[in-house]
Amino acid sequence: MAAVLSGNDALRVPVIARPADDTSIEPRLDRIWETRKGLLGALSSVDHKTIGKRYLVTAFVFLLIGGLEAALMRAQLARPNQTLLSPEQYNQLFTMHGVTMIFLYALPVLSGFSNFLWPLMLGSRDMAFPRLNALSYWLFLFAGIFLYVSFPIGRAPDAGWFNYVPYSSLAYNPGINIDVYALGMVLLGLSTTVGSTNFVVTLIRTRAPGMSINRVPILVWGTLTASVGNLFAVPAVSLAFLMLWMDRRFGSHFFDVSGGGQPLLWQHLFWMFGHPWVYAIVLPAMGIVSDGLPTFCRRPLVGYTAVALATVTTMVLGFGVWVHHMFATGLPPISLSFFSAASFIIVIPSAVAVFAWIATMWTGRPQFTTPFLFFAGFVIVFVIGGVSGFMTAAVPVDTQLTDTYFVVAHLHYVLIGINVLPVAGGIHYWFPKFTGRLMNEKLGKWSFWIMFIGFNVGFFPMHIAGLLGMPRRIYTYPSGLGWDTVNMVITLGAYLFAFGVLLFAINVWRSLRHGERAGPNPWDAPSLEWATASPPPAYNFAVIPTVASRYPLWEDRLTGHEGRSSTGEGMLLDNGRETIGTSALDAVPDVILRMPGDSFAPLLLSLALAISFVGMLIHSWWLFGIAIACSTVAAIAWLWPEAKLGQTMDIARGSR
Amino acid sequence: MAAADVAAQPLYRGEPLPVGSKGRLSSGWWGMITVIGTEASLFAYLLFSYFYVGAQTVTRWPPNGPPDLTLAIAGSVLLMLGSVTMWWGEKGVRAGKNGQLLFGLGASVLLAVGFVVLEGIEWSRKTFTFMSNAYGSLYFTITGFHLLHVIVGALMLTMLFVWTLLGYFGVRRHSTVSIAVMYWHFVTIVWVAVFLTFYIAPRTT
Repeated sequence: MAAVLSGNDALRVPVIARPADDTSIEPRLDRIWETRKGLLGALSSVDHKTIGKRYLVTAFVFLLIGGLEAALMRAQLARPNQTLLSPEQYNQLFTMHGVTMIFLYALPVLSGFSNFLWPLMLGSRDMAFPRLNALSYWLFLFAGIFLYVSFPIGRAPDAGWFNYVPYSSLAYNPGINIDVYALGMVLLGLSTTVGSTNFVVTLIRTRAPGMSINRVPILVWGTLTASVGNLFAVPAVSLAFLMLWMDRRFGSHFFDVSGGGQPLLWQHLFWMFGHPWVYAIVLPAMGIVSDGLPTFCRRPLVGYTAVALATVTTMVLGFGVWVHHMFATGLPPISLSFFSAASFIIVIPSAVAVFAWIATMWTGRPQFTTPFLFFAGFVIVFVIGGVSGFMTAAVPVDTQLTDTYFVVAHLHYVLIGINVLPVAGGIHYWFPKFTGRLMNEKLGKWSFWIMFIGFNVGFFPMHIAGLLGMPRRIYTYPSGLGWDTVNMVITLGAYLFAFGVLLFAINVWRSLRHGERAGPNPWDAPSLEWATASPPPAYNFAVIPTVASRYPLWEDRLTGHEGRSSTGEGMLLDNGRETIGTSALDAVPDVILRMPGDSFAPLLLSLALAISFVGMLIHSWWLFGIAIACSTVAAIAWLWPEAKLGQTMDIARGSR
Repeated sequence: MAAADVAAQPLYRGEPLPVGSKGRLSSGWWGMITVIGTEASLFAYLLFSYFYVGAQTVTRWPPNGPPDLTLAIAGSVLLMLGSVTMWWGEKGVRAGKNGQLLFGLGASVLLAVGFVVLEGIEWSRKTFTFMSNAYGSLYFTITGFHLLHVIVGALMLTMLFVWTLLGYFGVRRHSTVSIAVMYWHFVTIVWVAVFLTFYIAPRTT
């Protein structure tokens, strides 16, 4: 079965096998793909399923931390003139709440879903770059810890998550607070970038034969779009934070008026990144809904092509709306008009998706399971958040509402509505695939209703508080401004919502042990991840599936497609770690890809990089130098060409 | 479904497939395209910052007039020659001529060292510093970012030189070479953008 040298190349015809007829196949694949037991295995694993679960759990821990920060703030604001928190503590809490939720929860949790699900949905054995996948997780973990390193000593970032200069300049903020934020964000940017690279190449190169670009699940479209967006957007914020750090510690003048710099340059760079990022943290979540709804409505998604194109269109337009965060900064009217118009137009692709979901429910036979409730609840909240966004896209309205609680209401409707609700629904939906067990339906429904009601009671009145003129980011307020009742309601609603999240966490915890055992496909769902065992074996699929339609597991029931997908018979590829490479659009097999095994290089490289950032933070240049030298050595070792991976002339010998 | 049916999938007829990291079929080749995409964005944001600050400034821009062209043009020539020698070297390995690859790699690394030296001389001759004003901060940051890319690229080419000596590459497998060379051309193209921004644009207004 080894590759043969034929003419100038090492070539092989993939063996076609039926695992049902040959019981030796699965144990053999297990030996090839399984991570060794114990701590060393855990630290070196590159299995996308392990990495995906780590992303999910870590992001959820950050969600709880960010939630506790919010709970403290709501206690402080429940009544006027409270003194639970000092202004300095309040500043750090609202900053870290935003940083945590937006950067350490919202995207990483979606990366968790996509890391776990992509190769299963695409019919592959791993991501295109398994080691890079491990690197992106470790960097995320270390960046998250880095961003919290000064929290215990009361020096956490405190200039808001968008960190405007000159508040965040050295003159007004001399502590280590902002340096932690600046360097932590550059480190986190590395994680996001390598993760995005991995998703893009995985989509282009490692889909199962026959899974042409118009057959991939919408979650894949969402994460692909988010990843391409991140590749273009993340450098803006990494650069801005690096410039800020240099302004603060090395006397440069990028944002400093006295040296000829421009404070508004910060806002431009931040929002050129910030707005695409908003779409990066919602489009994959919308994909979760687009893939989950068909299962629970018992019909294909209405308007697949329109939804896929709307996903991409949203991101493209998303690069042209950043100035709507800056309407109140005194820019020329012509610029405001352009960005206002662009912000209105972006409603169209969002509405396309909303109508597709409604039509899917309307024309399907909904089963009111917990995931369905979360997905349907999401649609309602998304529409409310979309309408308040539409309102603030109008310059005169925005001028009135900027920096009030109305904006706080809008962004929580958008982020909790479009991210947290689909994520909770998605966890219920794929929990059997993650763990082999179902979550408890009864507790699930309770947690949904409590979260949904608590969310609306807690966040809808923020619109009213904003219209009554309550500014955001104030640590307290005097009584008699008409804000007392509304703030008490907000706090009670927020606590109710938090209780719902707690129930959800309890459900996850209990179901891990006592949940009903699930077969491969407990929901009778249509996509490929449900064709393999729950939880899936290390190699995902005993043979590479062949795909003939958008809903491979529903082909018995659906008409209008030719050919049949196959998961029981296909390419075996058991000659070491291998998967099939296919062409970018039609998914025609064109190469046998050799995949790297478990490795410590990702952990060591990310550790060295994180230490180099510590060196920069404390201005210890010898530590920085040693860490960079170690990173270089680790990178060279990582990239050293290997016969086993088919990178050298010894390919024929290496593939034996 | 019989074995024949799988092989008879549309567009794939069961022909032998290359194994491993094969040119543009390798994941790394596509990975490098995404790296170049994100790096190009980084430089676009850097140059945006330069133009933005320049457009908003009320005093003279650049503060000391357009920078002198002599060393910058010499450096540009060295970098572009380095791309040509690398293109020629890669053409060699495609045809199985490893000597030509080694020669191309060596020449490109030497030309890169020449560029770094010229840039160092130019930096030392500047009458302003990173801390003088916004222009100084932008000038040293942007040319510094590019310089860092030249150094990383030269390091990659040096590793390729070692790996070629170890006999890793040849006509069958050389995707590592193609991937690094693509990066090297990118570093040259970025320099053109930096050069036009700092040295030519101020002379056109």
